[in-house]
Amino acid sequence: MEALPPGAWLPITFAVLMAAAMLLYAVLDGYDLGVGVLLRATPEETQRDRMIASIGPFWDANETWLVLGVGLLLVAFPIAHGIILTALYVPVALMLAGLILRGVAFEFRAKVPEPKKPRWDFAFQFGSILAAFSQGWMLGSYILGFATGWAAFLFSMAVGVFVVAGYTLVGACWLVWRTEGALQMLAARWARRALYVTWAGVLAVSAATPLASPRILERWFSFPEALLLAPIPLATGALFLLLHIFLRRFPRADHSLDWVPFAATAAIFVLCFQGLAYSFWPYVVPEQVTIFEAAAAPESLIIILVGAAAVLPMIGLYTFFVWRVFGGKARDLKYY
Amino acid sequence: MSELDPIILARIQFAANITFHILFPTITIALGWVLLFFKLRFNATGDEAWMDAYKFWVKVFALSFALGVVSGIVMSFQFGTNWPGFMERVGNVAGPLLAYEVITAFFLEASFLAIMLFGFGRVSNRIHTLATVLVAGGTTLSAFWILVLNSWMHTPAGYEIRDGVVHATDWLAIIFTPSMPYRFVHMLLASGLTVAFLIAGLSAYRWLRDDRGAGVMKALRTGVVLGAVLIPLQILAGDLHGLNTKEHQPAKVAAMEGIWETERGAGLRLFAIPDEANRQNRFEITIPYAASLILTHQWDGEVRGLNEFAGEHPPVAPVFYAFRIMVGIGMLMLLVSWWGLWVMHRRGMTPMLARVLVGMTFSGWVATLAGWYVTEIGRQPWLVTGILRTGEAAGPVAAGTIAASLAMYLVIYAVLLAAYIGTIYHLARRGGQLTILSPTPPRSAPQPAE
Ligand code: HDD
Ligand code: HEM
Ligand code: HEM
Repeated sequence: MEALPPGAWLPITFAVLMAAAMLLYAVLDGYDLGVGVLLRATPEETQRDRMIASIGPFWDANETWLVLGVGLLLVAFPIAHGIILTALYVPVALMLAGLILRGVAFEFRAKVPEPKKPRWDFAFQFGSILAAFSQGWMLGSYILGFATGWAAFLFSMAVGVFVVAGYTLVGACWLVWRTEGALQMLAARWARRALYVTWAGVLAVSAATPLASPRILERWFSFPEALLLAPIPLATGALFLLLHIFLRRFPRADHSLDWVPFAATAAIFVLCFQGLAYSFWPYVVPEQVTIFEAAAAPESLIIILVGAAAVLPMIGLYTFFVWRVFGGKARDLKYY
Repeated sequence: MSELDPIILARIQFAANITFHILFPTITIALGWVLLFFKLRFNATGDEAWMDAYKFWVKVFALSFALGVVSGIVMSFQFGTNWPGFMERVGNVAGPLLAYEVITAFFLEASFLAIMLFGFGRVSNRIHTLATVLVAGGTTLSAFWILVLNSWMHTPAGYEIRDGVVHATDWLAIIFTPSMPYRFVHMLLASGLTVAFLIAGLSAYRWLRDDRGAGVMKALRTGVVLGAVLIPLQILAGDLHGLNTKEHQPAKVAAMEGIWETERGAGLRLFAIPDEANRQNRFEITIPYAASLILTHQWDGEVRGLNEFAGEHPPVAPVFYAFRIMVGIGMLMLLVSWWGLWVMHRRGMTPMLARVLVGMTFSGWVATLAGWYVTEIGRQPWLVTGILRTGEAAGPVAAGTIAASLAMYLVIYAVLLAAYIGTIYHLARRGGQLTILSPTPPRSAPQPAE
């Protein structure tokens, strides 16, 4: 391990916080977007309403993790923020358009005259797909260190498709957990299909990342690190297998284990994220700028840290409270 | 300069996004508190009419909030995509302020909004009221932080420059810059006025359609009274704000007043066409001495003219006109709300008053936008006064790319704005009843008559 520069704990802390926010975002808004992708897979109005009702109380807070993640990138690594976001200008703009459509469709579909409702259902699904796809595009482009050219572009497009599949998976698993009856059975079927595409995607990205960068290749396949790292791919494979079996045997007699697919998918997200983080460490702009070079001034970072230390536990508390109030199987949402 | 100058495009895009964004926070900041008022009146009196008003306006709140959130997310990406130079130079100050907004305000609003909107019947009435307080407090808090940043950009303090980069030295000085209190108060009042006229206008619209239930009348009265109370305060706050600006950004005031040469006993230009090429006004209509009286509180006080700041002052015409639009609407609000108060006191409601109120429904939006244009264009050519010029902050993105994304945003915003206005009028016509959200009646909550 290379020696760390003095005062390194601050940039490291912020890199960890930022990564945690992004990971939470991917899981939490991932299921919202996944439900959006699936919305029009059923023609039935009541099922669609129920799907929306299952995410209605959560999506806004879930999306806030993205604001926090990007905010931390902005405040802790301002130079990297500029480089990354200008390099990703096009997918960022498309993602924002997607998030706009998805977010407003929530409200409009419930308030417009009946005949206009299908239009907003479409906006909801289209926005969700667009946002998920653009996020994958960004991830792909980031993995390749913003390389240009056709091969890189195609790779980014492929990652875009995989992320849509991954979000669809976690969204379907959310529905398996939070709904019942015919909709739940449908969701289990959707989850199975998304599972296999996601599986392929994880394999493809794991193969491409070391190929794209000799540094990463060396990092994963040198001895003895390889032994220590082996649990990551092994555990990921085991979880995929578990999901495969669980979803094939679904439903079980009692529904006490409905939460398992969601938890397993979330765990897969965590493992993949760890793998990526390990690959890129200590770079924040791949192969160009490390977190130490990009960090903002210490006095500014400390003032944020003080605030975060005071406030994050509170955020945890009231998030827990909201999840308890709206826990269990989704019911109809009513404004009062 | 080519037609597709990336800096110009980046500025237009930023302006378009923030213009769209600010429309909705302006509503949610104050509407949260008005909803709390409805709720508390209901708790105290048990009068269902207050609850009716709450139920209608909470839907408008939810819709406005959603639009505020999605356009706000665009804003948080814009610093990186359009203004990378901004964060490189002043990120050490701007960063923590933005971060505090996210961690103290956004999570609070977003979490408790769910309980405020959908929690009725799942939590106790007291917790529901508390959630309303927290959401209203959260929107106000986020307004506070963002205005702290904006004020710092206008009147920076509490920093030093090392190697061309701004470093924070005194956080209290950064937060409480000279213009911050004025800006914050002025914006909160602007939000209150926007909501007052929105409520009055939409309720008057329902009244004209013979939808005259007790809830509608309560909301109508609340709107008119709120407007009548806030507008004098706003005029006072605006005057103080102008004095503060005169001290810290004299070139901006000169542009607002359209004064070219430094003069004593300057007149107030009610109307004029500023001609920047020849550095003079045409078709002036002036009240003698009035500008000096307002700005210095002396009839022969000195007001510095634009020629003292040649090459360093903002474009004159947009600032000059926008200022007149804002103040003009402020005066109109004063007239209408006091007249409304008088009419409602004497005779209840009249169709004439109702029509005028309907006409004023979105006047707060226009005044607020005009105010922001005065402030922001008036700051040019600086992005951060004395520290960073706007042109230095732009990014290396190709003009064509910016133009394409700008076109995309403009189309989306136009559609959404039309849908928003259409939908709140649709809600008003339906008396706020929704059938769609709830296909089957919930377990316990009492059903309103359909
Ligand atoms: C005076 C008020 C005001 C002003 C000038 C701004 N905002 Fe804002 N913003 C709010 C008042 C507000 C608010 C009322 O607090 C919102 C509206 C709905 C909400 O969730 O909070 C909000 C939402 C909001 C969100 C979404 C929060 C969420 O997910 O809940 C973001 C990311 C931003 N804003 C960011 C910005 C940026 C980067 C701005 C300027 C450059 C800005 N806002 C100007
Ligand atoms: C309080 C938060 C705000 C911050 C931090 C902020 C910051 C900025 C920045 C970084 C620019 C870019 C420089 C430029 O284009 O000149 C700008 C310009 C501008 N802003 Fe704001 N702004 C805020 C609020 C607003 C609001 C609410 C509006 C409108 C409703 C607004 C209207 C404009 C306009 C029109 C410009 C373009 C001016 C020009 O380019 O001549 N601003 N502001
Ligand atoms: C007749 C009364 C009014 C006066 C004298 C007045 C005065 C001012 C002045 C001098 C500024 C520029 C501040 C600067 O230079 O930085 C300003 C900005 C502004 N005005 Fe007004 N104003 C009045 C009415 C209104 C009304 C009715 C509204 C909206 C409902 C409004 C909303 C705003 C906003 C949002 C800003 C920009 C935010 C800020 O910098 O505080 N104003 N006003």
